[in-house]
Amino acid sequence: MSEPEPSVVDIHSEEFLRALMKRQLSLSLRCGATFFSVLLLLPLANYFLPELMGTEIWGFTLSWFLLGVAAFPFVWVIAWVFIRRSMALEEEEARMAGKSGK
Amino acid sequence: MYFSFPLALAVDPWILGLSALTVVVTVAMGFWTAGKSKTAGDFFVAGRSVSVGWNSSAISGEYLSAASFMGVAGMVMSKGYDALWYPVCYACGYLFLLLFIAGPLRRFGAYTIPDFAEGRYDSPLFRKIAVIFVLFIGFFYTMPQMKGAGTTLSYIFEAINLPYWVGVAVVGGIITFNVALGGMKGITLIQAVQYWAKMFAISIPIFVLMSVYGFYNLQVAANIPATESSPVERRALPEKAPADAAWISPFGPLTTSAAVKAGVPADEQRPYSLLYTYSLITAIVCGTAGLPHILVRFYTNPDGAAAKKTTMWVMILIGVFYMFPPMFGVMGRNLFPELYGALGVKGPDGIVLRLPVLLNEKYAPLGSILSGITCAGAFAAFMSTFSGLLVSMTGALAHDVYGRMLRPKSTPEQRLRAFKICAVLIGVVSVLLGMQVEQLEINFMVGQAFAIAASSYFPLLFLSAWWRGMTMKGAATGMLVGGMLAVAAISMTSFNDVMKVVDLATFWKSYPLLRILCEQPAIWATPLALVLMVLVSKLTRSEIPSDIRMKMLVLHAPEKLGLKREYIQEQGNAH
Repeated sequence: MSEPEPSVVDIHSEEFLRALMKRQLSLSLRCGATFFSVLLLLPLANYFLPELMGTEIWGFTLSWFLLGVAAFPFVWVIAWVFIRRSMALEEEEARMAGKSGK
Repeated sequence: MYFSFPLALAVDPWILGLSALTVVVTVAMGFWTAGKSKTAGDFFVAGRSVSVGWNSSAISGEYLSAASFMGVAGMVMSKGYDALWYPVCYACGYLFLLLFIAGPLRRFGAYTIPDFAEGRYDSPLFRKIAVIFVLFIGFFYTMPQMKGAGTTLSYIFEAINLPYWVGVAVVGGIITFNVALGGMKGITLIQAVQYWAKMFAISIPIFVLMSVYGFYNLQVAANIPATESSPVERRALPEKAPADAAWISPFGPLTTSAAVKAGVPADEQRPYSLLYTYSLITAIVCGTAGLPHILVRFYTNPDGAAAKKTTMWVMILIGVFYMFPPMFGVMGRNLFPELYGALGVKGPDGIVLRLPVLLNEKYAPLGSILSGITCAGAFAAFMSTFSGLLVSMTGALAHDVYGRMLRPKSTPEQRLRAFKICAVLIGVVSVLLGMQVEQLEINFMVGQAFAIAASSYFPLLFLSAWWRGMTMKGAATGMLVGGMLAVAAISMTSFNDVMKVVDLATFWKSYPLLRILCEQPAIWATPLALVLMVLVSKLTRSEIPSDIRMKMLVLHAPEKLGLKREYIQEQGNAH
């Protein structure tokens, strides 16, 4: 009884390169976009909603809390997500090329 | 109770002692390891590859310069909320590197940007162009370190009124001398220790100060008009200080300064301020990609997986660090407002050094000890950054300009001598430039260096990694135009303000928008560079490297597929 061999891609082919770059760029852009849309929304929130952003929360203004404290854990979360997914992506790419488990 | 000096200099012994100790230990470590290591990128300790822990500490240590240690606190104190963008964007810049640049560059294997420029485009000429920017950006980045040095030394020797320029000359001189003699090569061990020294130096004094004077949130709350929080001690603000409402709110003194200098009336300043904010964010986030000494560190891990874990730890280490300087800024505003009256060495840039001394009122000499600790941290910050910069810049000048362009057939002794001469040359220029910038804020100057990097190196690295249609001419055009225009714009504002070469005051008043865009050029210069790179590349598309598919594979394929080795072999066969 034999299963069909998993097809191994030629790593020098155009298809492999394109697939590679597309997936990597897509992951980077998605993480980047998530992060930066929040970051870049903050000045707009400050601009158009000054009273809301000035409300006092635990002693800070909401604006100060978001930028001076909460921003850093947010960065950590995005970095963590990206690192895990990009490592998984690399594993998958290596499998596609028939060289997993090294 | 102070020991009495025979000369009764009234220089605080704790502050002087701890600072001197840091300097001596740093210099000694540099010489001790100089004999053992080979290059600035050396990452072997006791014959093994460096662990994630050491490496992440080292990268974090190298990342935190005088700007991070002193400058952010000073800027938060003097300018308020807007200054918080700096530490956040410094951290985000590293994230940006991780998402888009680090992976490809690491796989490609280029240690420096000039290396990458030459390898990606098969162009020694482009390498030389890239070297120009290493020097430009480097000098813009050494100036704030020199300011940090001058400020710190003037503070230590305040009793004898040591002038700013002496501090710059002394510290700059010591480090230059050190680098020229082969020491202070930024070994992993030293940089790792520096991180923890800085972390210790920024956090311990703050914890003590907060336990006495009130925690971070209460300090901030004290500046909110009609706050509901319990009050903390606040000392009277001098007239020069920004008012509470302006200080704690977005679009405060930092982002409106350009508009103010251009004569824009108060009720029209907000839109300019928003523009300035976005340009600042662009500069710092994209400019991180241009720091020459940071990229090298991506190679100090044995494999990609370790490199990624290291990066995660770096994000945590620098993020935790960056929460502290603003605390100094707020407490400085509340408890040490006399600094508002002065610019330069006696201004807010020195708050990290001076604030702990307050504790002497109640618990002498604890204040002096803690101030000595922060001084030690400051020394660790600007000494390590300046030496790292000096090494990269000297390497670029000596290796590329002398070694390849002027005298390709030089002997090792000649090259070594060239290295020493270049180190002295660059050191002297840095010191001279550093002497001019007493009136400029440390953090502001770093932001300017980043703006130039954002308009030159970032577009280069990003497009080279992700678009195969790039040609050398496209890349060079974009980089030169974007970068040089950014330098020109910045010189017309920051330097002209200080050195008054040409009187542009009336010009700015007629064109306030230009003033903002010149002071913070990243928002137009970065897209301009990107667009030019794409356009000119398309026009010269016949010059795309012939092995571009292989190059892109090396940039993106997982390392275990061994494409880099194949690539090197092919290159070897081709010669």
